[in-house]
Amino acid sequence: MISIKNVRKIFPSKQGELKAVDDVNLEVQGGEIFGVIGYSGAGKSTLIRMLNGLELPTDGSVTVAGRVISKIKGAELREARQEISMIFQHFNLLWSRTVSENIAFPLEIAGVNGTQRKNRVAELIKLVGLEGRENAYPSQLSGGQKQRVGIARALANNPKVLLCDEATSALDPQTTDSILELLVDINKRLGLTIVLITHEMHVIRKICHRVAVMESGRVVELGSVLDVFKNPQEPITKRFVQQVTEPEETKETIKHLLELYPSGQVVQLSFIGEAAEQPLITNIIKDFNVVVNILQGKISHTQNGSYGTLFIHLDGLSSEIQKAIDYIHSQQVGVEVISNG
Amino acid sequence: MANFMEMVNWEQLIEATRETIYMTSISVFATFILGLFLGLLLFLTDKGNIWANRTVNVIIAGFVNIFRSIPFIILIVLLIPFTKLLLGTMLGANAALPALIIGAAPFYARMVEIALREIDKGVIEASQSMGATHVHIIFKVLIPESLPALISGVTVTAISLVSFTAMAGVIGAGGLGHFAYLEGFQRNRPIVTLVATIAILILVFIIQFVGDYFTKKTDKR
Repeated sequence: MISIKNVRKIFPSKQGELKAVDDVNLEVQGGEIFGVIGYSGAGKSTLIRMLNGLELPTDGSVTVAGRVISKIKGAELREARQEISMIFQHFNLLWSRTVSENIAFPLEIAGVNGTQRKNRVAELIKLVGLEGRENAYPSQLSGGQKQRVGIARALANNPKVLLCDEATSALDPQTTDSILELLVDINKRLGLTIVLITHEMHVIRKICHRVAVMESGRVVELGSVLDVFKNPQEPITKRFVQQVTEPEETKETIKHLLELYPSGQVVQLSFIGEAAEQPLITNIIKDFNVVVNILQGKISHTQNGSYGTLFIHLDGLSSEIQKAIDYIHSQQVGVEVISNG
Repeated sequence: MANFMEMVNWEQLIEATRETIYMTSISVFATFILGLFLGLLLFLTDKGNIWANRTVNVIIAGFVNIFRSIPFIILIVLLIPFTKLLLGTMLGANAALPALIIGAAPFYARMVEIALREIDKGVIEASQSMGATHVHIIFKVLIPESLPALISGVTVTAISLVSFTAMAGVIGAGGLGHFAYLEGFQRNRPIVTLVATIAILILVFIIQFVGDYFTKKTDKR
């Protein structure tokens, strides 16, 4: 559906050239939810704008839904853009128009006649769950509702691709989740290909099938979300994964527990997919002469399976502890000894 | 009191008011169209915008700045040959119109430009991402999104135009300025000048009231 080949984007600046995007190659399949994660300034925003021709690559080619976006101009580009919608961090709604009129805007651009427009708007309002708010102005809506209008507007002309530019970054965690659920729902129902950029691993974890990690204009890591969570390679990826699996307070808790239990070992277990469902702890307690103390645990669901981490404290004879750890290894569960107490 | 009523020629006052309203409304309308056009060009040819073009931008900005800087009373005199060429005379209400419009349009153009700059760039980008043409962007985004500011700009311009018509009146365009100067000042009847001033004030208040009403009504932010 989307093919990015050897794309570079260089902005001239006073300090010389700024490489916003540096030799990026990506393929996105039809019906996929593809995430690009990176800190601000990593080039992800420039990259996503090249997918609908808001930015043109300095080198390389961008093909979306069979059209070479990096080459076409004028009417052809405008026509292509009706198939590649975009939603924005700050929603970018027209404040002078009501909810209905905002959603009708892309239909007016596409030249859809009045009656059809009205029917389509009603359909879209239902799809995004904004019934009853048709005649409200954007200033009367909450952030989540505004983004729903943005999504309805983006879907109006039945696009093939939806680009999300930090679409949830201005929303609170609860609203973020409801918007993400809506995106997954749309992806499943309409088979829409979604490309999103974000700096929050939570967003990637919750809805993406595959993820690309960007750092200073380059894609440094690429893979299925579960693989990246399971086995992050680059330091930057590890930091992003930690955003979700190891909240800041975990470190403090562990430090505190290490002081509290000077003997034994604190161990971090990582479960992937079905391993998360085995009665591992029960087996350890039954089969080995160790005391198990569960310190902290978390299971994250991704679009391709679950991923969990569990911190436990093992106490007893060091030979028994070693046997228990070997047993955990044999169960295809990741083990990492945090400290030898 | 009877003396006061006799001192003012009410028929003349009504005629003068009618002339002022005539000059103001025609020049406001023309200024709105011309100023909007110039303001849009100023905005759109600025760097980073859809028609970015330095040469055109500099030429229009130069034109706007020059005509905005010339004091109105001098502008009328400067434009006498042009007005004569255009209308064959330089007396009467119609003869004041070219100077009024050329004096006010650049002033309004700057206000239009400021109003358009206030529009969030993201909204323009969003429209482009939907495949909007430049015509769509101008008529469906730029103008509606800046409408309250465009209307309040018209209000301010219209009030300036009322005072411009008074100046034009002194050199022969008729209207309340002419009435106050000729019938009041030159005949040493300050009461007439006062009545003419009150008529102008009423006119200005009406313009301000109507302008504020529509500014508020169109502002949905």
